[in-house]
This record gives sequence, structure tokens and C-alpha cells, in this order.
Amino acid sequence: MIPISWYLILAAALFSIGLFGVLARKNAVAILLGIELMLNAVNINLVTFWRYLEPAKVTGQVFAIIVFAVAAAEVSVGLALIISIYRRRDTVVANDIDLLKW
Amino acid sequence: MTTMQVLFLIFAAIILGSAYKVVTTKKMIHAAFWLIATLFGVAALYAMLSAGFMAMVQIVVYVGAIAILFIFAVMLTRKDLRDSATPLNDGRFLAAVLSLLTFGGFFLLLKNWTGFTQLPSAEVPADMVGKLGTALISPSAYILPFEVASVLLLAALIGAVYVAVGATKNK
Amino acid sequence: MEFWKDPITTMFDSLLASFTSGGMSESLATVLIWLIGILAFVSFAMILDIFLVWVERKVVARFQDRLGPNRVGPFGIFQPFADIVKLLIKEDITPIGADVVLFNLAPIFSLMSVLLLWAILPFAPKMVGVDLNVAMLYLVAAGSIGTLSVIMAGWSSNNKYALMGAFRTVAQMVSYEIPMVAALLIVTVLAGTMGAVGIVDAQEAVPFIFLSPLAFLIFLISAIAELGRSPFDLNEAESEIVAGFHTEYTGMKFGLFYAGELLHSFTFGGFIALLFFGGHRFFGLENLGPIVGAIIFMFKALFFYWVIMWVKYTVPRIRIDHMLAFNWKFLTPLAFILLMVTALIGRLLLGSSWLAPVLFLSNILIAWLTIEYLKSHAQKERAQEEASTQSVAPVTQH
Repeated sequence: MIPISWYLILAAALFSIGLFGVLARKNAVAILLGIELMLNAVNINLVTFWRYLEPAKVTGQVFAIIVFAVAAAEVSVGLALIISIYRRRDTVVANDIDLLKW
Repeated sequence: MTTMQVLFLIFAAIILGSAYKVVTTKKMIHAAFWLIATLFGVAALYAMLSAGFMAMVQIVVYVGAIAILFIFAVMLTRKDLRDSATPLNDGRFLAAVLSLLTFGGFFLLLKNWTGFTQLPSAEVPADMVGKLGTALISPSAYILPFEVASVLLLAALIGAVYVAVGATKNK
Repeated sequence: MEFWKDPITTMFDSLLASFTSGGMSESLATVLIWLIGILAFVSFAMILDIFLVWVERKVVARFQDRLGPNRVGPFGIFQPFADIVKLLIKEDITPIGADVVLFNLAPIFSLMSVLLLWAILPFAPKMVGVDLNVAMLYLVAAGSIGTLSVIMAGWSSNNKYALMGAFRTVAQMVSYEIPMVAALLIVTVLAGTMGAVGIVDAQEAVPFIFLSPLAFLIFLISAIAELGRSPFDLNEAESEIVAGFHTEYTGMKFGLFYAGELLHSFTFGGFIALLFFGGHRFFGLENLGPIVGAIIFMFKALFFYWVIMWVKYTVPRIRIDHMLAFNWKFLTPLAFILLMVTALIGRLLLGSSWLAPVLFLSNILIAWLTIEYLKSHAQKERAQEEASTQSVAPVTQH
């Protein structure tokens, strides 16, 4: 059997990679990709804790489903915003989107 | 090493390798396809955790909807920095240090936790999907979060249509 | 007689005995036998696919008042082999500027999304790859892999027409997934389970076609749209965008797309048989044994494959805005209304003998109301159109 530590370390590594993507990428779409990686890491943790600690209850899976819904909502609105900005300002570089910067 | 452990290592390698490619690949469309590889790996992990329903939902929602949406968005924003030398911004070293620190912090926190190496405590009940469905719509359990999530999705739907379509009409 | 009753388990046991007698460990032998089983099953599907090419060409010929292939072998039955030889010796072209990895991966994914579906098809009791308890979700998940392969092919070809075809296909497949999921949910509500075997077992008394004929129609229409066959073949509309997403594919890579499409149609025929027509059941004939049941199931699947072909070669292609409007303004609301009505009646009359007739009548009622609404709506629209053309008429002078 696999000890819980393997899953948790994998999720932590995935979360860190996602964090790096969010912090370091220029492209706004890529930042959203990084957020997806982080959400996936969280979901791995939720399902892992459900399986290892309380498999008789459904709490972990319900949380994961709510995370799915939030991820879908976040991506649809985020990408709509990015496309809208691209149409007006002709850029998807996060540094150039500085309408509120003065 | 058991078969399950070998399988886990293979899937972990797929997940982490493709996640690394997601955050470093130059071409955005390739990043989106690498994300799909990561999502498949995560779905396989859910299946290994005997959460078959979650694995299927992962593929339907993430691969079937979110990843396709990403590919569309990448295609609609074509001028995607292909000529610039690096896809990363100036703060990349700070970002790398910060994410390594985050990983180290997680690792230390988890290492000091007493249940770090425990094995599954009990078997998964047979009718997990049925229990999940009942829990999601029973007033004594999770109907409120479920309804709030559906309202959130509706709001996101309307908001996304307004933001994306309203922009073209204003021109 | 053991083999006649449970062929898969008998074969598995005898293979396991012969493998372990040579000193192999049991777990390794089990994995090996599984692999052999998967290989045999997939080979069976692909051989069937070759036969389907012949069926398709012969049937379309009859629909179009031709003879079809009749030179190679009796009734032209060896024609597909000649086709395969032709596809294999064609030049394998990868266009300049194409994304080589994705370009080569796309046909594999396309065929994979179909073969994945075969894992959950219950041919007969005890003759099923795996009895998943989330089989209906698995069906949708495999469909999303198909969508992925289309967008991969369209983008990596480095061709305008291919990309346009891919965009159209993805819009269509993503949209028609929704009424399809609703129809699958109706079946799930009626059967009380998402597993394929459970759904077949639930139809022991009454096939679901009699409980929900409208759900069958919705599933058939959205399945045809998922398959991208006429009248929903906008993805490869020859007169508009060359050949859609597989414009740049030649030789066996194109062959994989083609084979995938035909096998997909057959597989959906099988799913229609399993969801609405009782799977392997045919008036007690299935009691003879699982092999007879599997043959009945194949014949049902072939019949619905024929129905899909019949629609394909009878109905002309529809326009893209009509396609989207038909889905979002008609099919999806209808499917959700039907789902709610079915769930309500199923709950109110739980366990009552009135359940089946009331469900059937409610379906008829909904269908009648829909047709009446469409009639009045169409009349209004036609009146508006006539009014607007009359006011314009003096100016244009045709």
C-alpha cells in the first residue's frame, strides 16, 4: 500500500509548480493555467484525506466537487476577461495590463 | 515495491513533468496540451484512490470543458509572445525561490505531523456515488453549498457572456 | 457446458491454469491474461470495423440507387481490404509548419476515444469488459477525448480549413453533449443506477423505449451530432471547408479517423440498444446463453447503426446557426423539461404499477405540446417574414 505521505508530497510539489507559474509567467492565460494546477493539487489533497482518514463519510469528495465548480466558474470568467482585454488593448501580457496603475 | 507503488510513481512523474512543462513552455498552445496531460495524470490518481466518480468528473469537467476553453482562448489571443526570448517575467528568480520555500514549508509541516506515513484506515463503502448524490441534496448535509455552487456557475455563465460579447458590441 | 454458460470466466480460468503450471506467479499471469484479453477484444473491434466499411459503402449505394462495390470478391466483400492496401501504400505526408507530435497523436486519440467505449459495453451477462458504476459518465468522458483529438488535428495541421472545421466540430460536440447528458440522466433516473449492467438489468420487464420514447429521440439526435454525421456533418462539409479537421491527413492516418468514425457510429448503435432496447434481450431468446445474447446485441447495434446511416444519407446538411439554435433553443430545454417530469413522476409513483403507462403518456403529451408550440411559433415567424418582404418588395424589383 502507498502511505499518505506520497500523495501529500506530490500535491505540495504540484502546488508549488503552479505557484511558480502564477508568479513568473508573462502571459495572463498562462497565469490561469498555473491556478488550475494549484486547484488540482488541492483536489488531490481533499480526495487523499477522504480516502485515508474518513472513507465512510463523503465530505472530502463534496469539497472536491465544489472546487470543480469554482474552477469552472473562475476559468470561464477569467478567460472572458482576458479575451475582452485582448480585443481592446491587443495584449495578453500581465505587465502591460495596467489600466488601474495610476 | 508493489504494483500500486510503481503505478503511483509513473503517474506522479507524468503529473510533475507535464506540470513543469505547463509553466515553462514557450508556446502557449503546448502549455495547454501539457495541462491536459497533467489532468489525465490527476484523474488516474483519483482512480487509484478508488474515487472513480471523481476521476470521471475530472475528465469530463477539466479535459472536456476547461482545457478546451483554454485552447480556444489561446487561439483567440494569437499574438502570444512567440518572438520574445522568454515566457517568464523579470521576477522569475524570486518566484522560483518563493515556490521552493513554499514546498519546503509544506514538507516540514507535513513531516512533523504524526499521521504522515499512515495507511488507509478503512475500506471505501460500496455505493459511494449514491451516498455522494444523497449528501449533495439532503437538507441536513450539503444542499446549501451545492445550491450556492450552482448560483455561482450561473453568475459566471452570465458574466462571461456579458464580458466577452459586450466588448464586441461596444466597438 | 461450463463454456456455454460463462465463456469469459472459463477461458480465463483455463489460461490461468496453463500459465501458472509453467511456474509463473499468479499476479503476473493475471495481468498477462488481461492484456491478451484486451488485445483480442480490440482486434475483434477492428476486424468488425473492416466489415463496417463494406456495410457502409454497400448501404449508401443502395440509398443512392447504385450497386456499390461489387468487383473484389462475392458482393464486393473484400473491397475494404483493397481499400486498406491502398491507404497503406499512399505517401504519408506531414505538411510544412505542422506540429509533428500533435499531428501524429490526433488520429490515435480519435480511435482511442472509440475503443475506450468498448470497455463498458455489456454484450451479455458476464460478457462485459468492466462493470463501472459510473458508466454513463465514462461515456461522456470518452466523448470529450474525441473532442480533444479533433481540436488537436485541426490546430496542428497548419491549415485554415482544418482549423475552421475543428472550431465547428468543437462547438457542435460541446453543445450537443448537454442534451445527451440529460437523456443519459433520464435513463439513470429510470434505472436507478449509472452502471451499464444495472441499466440492462432494469429493463427486464419493460425496455426504456416504452418509458421514455422522447429521451430515445433526444439521445439519437445528439448521438448523431456527436458523431458528426449528416445532417450534422458541418465539421467536414466538403463543399465549404474541403474536408474539415482531417484535410491534411493522408494514408493510414486518415484511415484511423475514418475507421474511428464508423466504429463510433456502431458503438453508439450499441449504446442505443443497451440504454433503450434492453441490451441483449430478445423475447426470451437470450436465455439460451451469453453467446446468443452477445449475437443479439450485435444485431441490435447493427440495426441502429443502419438507422444512423439512414438519417445520414437522407437528410441534407443544416446551417451552423440552425445547428446551434436547434440545440440551445429546442433540444436542451426539451431534454431538461423531460428530465424534471420523469424524475417527478418516478418519485410520485415509485413502485406503483401505473408508473410505466403514466411515463409513456407524459412523454406523448410533452411531444404533442412541443409540436403545437413549434407550429404556432413557425406560423408567427412566417407571418413576420411575409410582412417584411412585402414592405421591401417595391424597392428590390425581382
